[in-house]
Amino acid sequence: MTKRIFNLALPLCGIALAILAWWIASRAVADLPSPVRTWEESKLYILEPLSKRGETDQGILLLAFYSLMRVARGFLLGIAMATPIGFLLGVSPTLTRMFDPIMQVLRPISPLAWLPLGLILFQKSEPAALFAIAVCSMWPTVINTMMGVRAIPQDYWNVAKVLRLSRFTTFTKIIVPATLPYMFTGYRLSLGIAWLVIVASEMLTGTPGVGGFLWQEYNSLVYAHILLAIITIGVVGFLLDRLMGMAEAKLRTV
Amino acid sequence: MAFIEVQGLSKSFPSAGGTRRILRDVSLSIERGEFVSIVGAMGSGKSTLLSLLSGLTQPDEGSVSVGGVLTRGVRSDAAVVFQNYSLLPWFTAFENVRLAVEAACPELSKSEQRARATQTLERVGLGNALNKRPRQLSGGMRQRVAIARAFATRPDVLFLDEPFGALDALTRETLQLELARLCRDDDRVVTTVMITNSVEEAILLSDRIVPMIPGPPLNDARGALSGLERAPAMLGTPIAVDLPRPRSAAQLAHDEQATHARAHVVAALTAALGRKRPNGPLHPDTASPVLRPVAEEPR
Repeated sequence: MTKRIFNLALPLCGIALAILAWWIASRAVADLPSPVRTWEESKLYILEPLSKRGETDQGILLLAFYSLMRVARGFLLGIAMATPIGFLLGVSPTLTRMFDPIMQVLRPISPLAWLPLGLILFQKSEPAALFAIAVCSMWPTVINTMMGVRAIPQDYWNVAKVLRLSRFTTFTKIIVPATLPYMFTGYRLSLGIAWLVIVASEMLTGTPGVGGFLWQEYNSLVYAHILLAIITIGVVGFLLDRLMGMAEAKLRTV
Repeated sequence: MAFIEVQGLSKSFPSAGGTRRILRDVSLSIERGEFVSIVGAMGSGKSTLLSLLSGLTQPDEGSVSVGGVLTRGVRSDAAVVFQNYSLLPWFTAFENVRLAVEAACPELSKSEQRARATQTLERVGLGNALNKRPRQLSGGMRQRVAIARAFATRPDVLFLDEPFGALDALTRETLQLELARLCRDDDRVVTTVMITNSVEEAILLSDRIVPMIPGPPLNDARGALSGLERAPAMLGTPIAVDLPRPRSAAQLAHDEQATHARAHVVAALTAALGRKRPNGPLHPDTASPVLRPVAEEPR
């Protein structure tokens, strides 16, 4: 019982300390709104989270929803490319040797670098954003799926040989189920990256969403809303990770 | 020509200092319907031999032919039971067996395949565990599923790689008798090759026992005897076990022919080890627990 109280109380203490630090910082830096002022100026967005007053002047949930939809599309596009690539690299050492250097070079490229290329390729901001999200977020899935295929125990390959399973059956009944936990770890990491990229790409393209809102409010000098956007980004990212973590844990037991 | 003809098999594996030869010039003939056990100590190359016989791996030299046909890859009429069960953990017992039936008997309808899988699992006493996953089953039950998976495809040739090696002594005995019953009950002729490290198990189940003799220890670079490296293994003189079936462990303990067979195999195996008597790897007595690393459970 006392342990449960501690489990709840300690994080709350941590949050309180962080807010205190924020308050002290706001006293020192003139332009930084205090926690109270941030709340005062933001409560309209939080208390009416779904109201739509203008193109970017919308409730915070609505803005988060736009961003999430964009992330979902970019993420799905990313893993739709990454999963088959991961399987191919996993089963073929030749392909791995061929493409590993390219992958290692492409992996550390920042979303900010991909976005202009996306704009050149697709001419419009929306597909460019999706492109940046997909290209940045696909690597953990590629690598984890590849590792997962390589980690399949010899026993299972022997089963496939002994039962003389066709290539297709081996893939659906052995390779995919054996790799699933690894794939999901990849998906979770990929989603985390996709969420990081969304803010950057919205800031650059000015599309409605949490990132677009943040950039617009910075330009209109409403600094409290920047803090609101930052906190929203953090909370949503945390929830996404938790959700994927739960899905992953479910698969682990299989 | 015998049903299974093994001629001049050799196999090497890459090792730390170049390649290590596990088997050299192994030849063996097995008649149709025969149950042959290859008995040897751990690390003597038994499993390597079985995977060559079953077609799981290819020999460097020599050939295996079954029914006059050269073995390339695993034959469609063969089944293999592994020591570590090798069940797919994401499937239930039933699905594991059905997968084998689907792959081996595409001519059967879906419902016939399902019926065959259920039936075979019922035959090994798992009628009420059809929908359990491997991790919910005990070691003995898992091996029953693996045996059912092998029998469900109605194989002509059965390869058993230390099928009871990972089980405790009691479970081991029960399953040995069940396997004997399954082989006897089947109205078809099944030719079986079993790998084991238990002489008693071999006597209980086989028509013929072939000792697998480890090669003498090799000298290492400095000319000293190294305990680990051995010359390639060879097969010893086979001995027939001409006892009526069904057999029981209790009956075999005092039977004259069983005693003779036991003595022959143990002598063949120990002679190869030189003056050192085996104490760890070889277990002529099934009642004593078999000291061996238990295979890692599949995730």
